[in-house]
Amino acid sequence: MSDALLPSQFSDLEPYAATWCLPTERQRFAQRLASTMDQMQAFYDAFFPRAEEAIAYCEKFPLDDMPEDAERLLQLLYSLVMVSFPVEAWRQPHIPDAGASYLDLVIEPVP
Amino acid sequence: MARITKPPEGSWTAHYPELGTEPVSYEDSISPEFYELEREAIFKRAWLNVGRVEQLPRNGSYFTKELAVAKTSVVVVRGMDGQVRAFHNICRHRGNKLVWNDFPRQETSGSCRQFVCKYHGWRYELDGTCSFVQQEREFFDLDKSDYGLVPVHCDVWAGFIFVNLAEQPRQTLEDFLGPMINAIEGYPFHLQTERFYYRAEVGANWKLFLDAFQEFYHAPVLHARQSPVAARPDVQAAGYEGLHYEIDGPHRLVTSTGGRGWEMPAKFLKPMETVTRSGLFGPWDAPDLGLDKLPAGINPSGSQPWGLDSFQLWPNFVILIWERGWYLTYHYWPTSHNTHLFEGNLYFVPARNARERLAHEMAAVTFKEYGLQDGNTLEATQIMLESRVVKSFPLNDQEILCRHLHKVAADWIDDYARERAGV
Repeated sequence: MSDALLPSQFSDLEPYAATWCLPTERQRFAQRLASTMDQMQAFYDAFFPRAEEAIAYCEKFPLDDMPEDAERLLQLLYSLVMVSFPVEAWRQPHIPDAGASYLDLVIEPVP
Repeated sequence: MARITKPPEGSWTAHYPELGTEPVSYEDSISPEFYELEREAIFKRAWLNVGRVEQLPRNGSYFTKELAVAKTSVVVVRGMDGQVRAFHNICRHRGNKLVWNDFPRQETSGSCRQFVCKYHGWRYELDGTCSFVQQEREFFDLDKSDYGLVPVHCDVWAGFIFVNLAEQPRQTLEDFLGPMINAIEGYPFHLQTERFYYRAEVGANWKLFLDAFQEFYHAPVLHARQSPVAARPDVQAAGYEGLHYEIDGPHRLVTSTGGRGWEMPAKFLKPMETVTRSGLFGPWDAPDLGLDKLPAGINPSGSQPWGLDSFQLWPNFVILIWERGWYLTYHYWPTSHNTHLFEGNLYFVPARNARERLAHEMAAVTFKEYGLQDGNTLEATQIMLESRVVKSFPLNDQEILCRHLHKVAADWIDDYARERAGV
């Protein structure tokens, strides 16, 4: 599978990779607001049980020299953090009572 | 929840009798006239934090800071001699903004050997000296040495860069910071260089956002839905009590417990907190800060279980130090009487691996979820304060720091008025 985005042991998560392997918080937050609860719930249900396995996989590599597929897996973990708030707390994509406000992340660590 | 022992006067507020206990007016947060006075009396006289030394990693590094409240922009630069200096960001020739990229109102940063004005090519050394004037012979009796950049008083404390826009500051930075703040010097801020920097324009007076983050009385209510359903009744019933409040001159401190996720039953935690071992209070596994003990100014009351110290540095700067070995800063930059620019920075010891990095991500995302709720509430407060339907508001003992902030603002304006009147 030459077009795989993730390490082979996480190939079952490929259907979510194109949508959720996003390098910046700004992109992940935008994707969250653009998604339905059903879409985020499906991603969460598929990935949450594998989260510890994915963390263990990623932490084998130095952060500043990760293989591309492992770095995408880490981005997928960041997205899991992002959707965990709608899924675990809010039951809706946006933060309750936060309608007009925004908070832009201008500088963030890479990766 | 064990009740906290309050000072012998019976309350934190009574311990500082100059604060009074009467309901307070929020006219200072809705009046354009009061805001105009704040610009002169506060923001052009107090020491203002504009960044950290890590933003100037080498000689020639610079950044600009827009100070709308003082109608100026400053450029902060590490000179070829290593010294940090600040200048008004204006070319001496015809007043063009000296350092900017693409958008004149946006902040910028970078590295250079000298500043060159985009307009007519005048050049300045990084110590402010004017070194080149285009077609100098066309000018009349012009002496370049009279046309250096206009300096701004600048000093560094614990790696934090401060400026003072007064012609002659009435206090040194050290005197301004006072004993309570100086006592946290030695905390290893310099090791915590992994940075998440947030900003937002907020539709509320700058003091209202300070108020929002200097009392935690609101937390069990406004943020109730952040807790798992099973935990909500306990969280709300417990309410909130600060471990310790302290006031030193214009500055303030609240010491608080923090959520100790690693000791909590799973029903009090979100599943993602358990997986990442992190949350609002930061990563559960603290990094090694290389200290045998913290500086005396951190958790000065020795309260346990200690979770955090939130130092409110007058006028608009907050340093919040967490027990778990990370810290954050807030800045509130007024842009009008009912708007301001909020900046939040989260600082961690750089992650050594993906697990640590993910714990930082969890803390940062959680911070934003809370911060957005706080920010939106402020606009709702501003709107109704401006109705002036209600003109005085009761503040409880957990809101002592809000009471103090508004008193200090009034005091500085009174002081300025007396000085202007020559009294």
